[in-house]
Amino acid sequence: MFENLVPHLPILIIAIPLFGAFASYLFSKVSDKARDVFAFIVLGVTEFLVLVLGKDIYTNGLRVYTLGATSAELTAPTGYIMPVRIILEVDALSIFMGIITVTVAFIVFIFSLKPMKEYSGTDKYYTLMFLLLVGMLGIEFTGDLFNLFVFLEIASIAGAALVAFFTHRDESAEAAFKYVVICSLGALLVLFAVALFYGQYDALNIAYLANVMKYSLLDKIAFCVLLCAFAMKAGSAPMHMWKPDAYGEAPGPVAAILVTASLVSMYALLRVCFTLYGRGLNTEVIGWIITVLGLLSIFIGVTMALIQNNFGRLIGYTAVAEVGFILLAAGVGFAGFSSTGFGFTALQAGLFHILNDALDLGLLFLVSGAVLHATGKRNLNELSGLARNMKYTCIFFIVGLCAVAGLPPMNGFASKLMIYESVYQFNPVFSIIAILASIFMLAVFVKVFYSVFLGPELKEFSSVKEVPASMLLAMGALAVLIIVIGLCPDIFVNNVINPAARALIDYGIYRGVV
Amino acid sequence: MIPMSKIVRTITNILYVFIIGFGFYVIIHGHLTPGGGFQGGAVVASAFALLAVAYGRKKIVSMLNKEHLSVAEISGLLAFICLAFLGLGTVFFFNFLAVGRSIPVFSNTPAGINPGDLNTAGILPLMNIAVGVEVLSALGVVILTMFLGFKEGK
Repeated sequence: MFENLVPHLPILIIAIPLFGAFASYLFSKVSDKARDVFAFIVLGVTEFLVLVLGKDIYTNGLRVYTLGATSAELTAPTGYIMPVRIILEVDALSIFMGIITVTVAFIVFIFSLKPMKEYSGTDKYYTLMFLLLVGMLGIEFTGDLFNLFVFLEIASIAGAALVAFFTHRDESAEAAFKYVVICSLGALLVLFAVALFYGQYDALNIAYLANVMKYSLLDKIAFCVLLCAFAMKAGSAPMHMWKPDAYGEAPGPVAAILVTASLVSMYALLRVCFTLYGRGLNTEVIGWIITVLGLLSIFIGVTMALIQNNFGRLIGYTAVAEVGFILLAAGVGFAGFSSTGFGFTALQAGLFHILNDALDLGLLFLVSGAVLHATGKRNLNELSGLARNMKYTCIFFIVGLCAVAGLPPMNGFASKLMIYESVYQFNPVFSIIAILASIFMLAVFVKVFYSVFLGPELKEFSSVKEVPASMLLAMGALAVLIIVIGLCPDIFVNNVINPAARALIDYGIYRGVV
Repeated sequence: MIPMSKIVRTITNILYVFIIGFGFYVIIHGHLTPGGGFQGGAVVASAFALLAVAYGRKKIVSMLNKEHLSVAEISGLLAFICLAFLGLGTVFFFNFLAVGRSIPVFSNTPAGINPGDLNTAGILPLMNIAVGVEVLSALGVVILTMFLGFKEGK
């Protein structure tokens, strides 16, 4: 029965959560229970569809969807030489990101079922969560630069509203304001680049633009603008200041999904660099610039994380460092730009690290959310001895700690080792800096582990209970994924990462559909 | 916020009917003339703002119910996305009313110069109405929320 449905999957995966966003508000007018069941069904269906589409794309290759046309594959209407309709284009990289996004959103939803019951305004919380998911999926699947801007705005506004969840706190409002200013600035930069393209080529389709690109001065300005905008949204070093604020103030589950949102703008950065511009640019120079941005992010993120005493802010700074690792690998991959050699390994490592980052940092943020739920505190100086009463949460924190620091049995080790090896062949010094930063990161999290879970038991925490089963289940699911990927990384690299990296290098296939 | 003078209130009584009527005109003629669902919805919401300014906070809060407006907003959004889903027989967002013409709703195709036939363009007028309902109730909620922030008597 799915043969008829498969051509429609790219739009259904965006449209069903969008439907869920609006309908869940109506369901919460009936009862909270009905809303939870409905949201669970919508996310479950989306997860299932994204996996079906993933299987289809990994076996049959890229899929195109033209909205409003008489058939889904009709990209240019009869008599037109260029596409005018909204086109979705899903290749191996898009669906790779899509699977990560929906899976993290599903796990985050299960996690937030219980803790959100304590707060008011949960009807809007689920609507905003769904809208954020729609924004991220739209950025991943769209083949149109203007739609990318629209979905970026959707994700930004939903994200900012979620950061301001604890509206009674002044700091939350400030963090949300910072987030919305940064995101609007990024989105307006993207709009400026879109205007530069539209003025020159009268087109907005990414594949068509890539085909007719003349690499004029205006195109180079547009590239710089897009690079800045997406690096800012991803939280790269000189533009990272919004990240610790937003992640530190948002509730744990929201922070976990915002990590994925910033990785989605990493995807947009890769799409622009590789597919839209490709070899027409001086890849060596641009690769160096991205690499240096990455190193800066690693250095600033790790050193700033060392001195934090707020749980969320600390993980926020390590998230800056982790984005730095991805940028480092992506920069080396762009400088190499080939389907063999260390450049390709670096690109694979970067994509692999995107997957691992979403899982590792997601798990750590969920643990911080669990600690907040159990104790009501986030300040590391006030927490102590929680391992006595919260042993499962403690175990999940150890898994997340090892994964982020890149210790052997976890997934972080596999991708970081690939990054060290490939970057070493590009420039040995960069690799050494990256390894040192990883060691620092271990120090950061061991400090957190000692101050939160070990140490003397405080009187005020003697009655603290382990978090409910649904929250443990969500954290456990992420921990299991981390360990499975860590134990057999070759299966994931060969079957999932490799096609995604090839989709970036062989950009002719993506460009060839229009 | 205290009510404004009797002159303002009398003029408002006359004008707001016309403003709302014009707003709905812009919504319904979205596929023929400049404007559409968003613009028309904003015009209707401006009538709410006029009423709120002229009659003060108490009156507007008793007239408009925030919950009802929220539900109307969501209904507009759901109507829009359901219209898009209905095209799925061919392709998402497919204009099934205008192309096949199997259902005789909004399916005329006038030829040559004409004074503007409302009964055209397939699902576009329906989508304009959906967006119009969404925007007028969303902006109504915004206006209501902003007026709730004022203190009484200032």
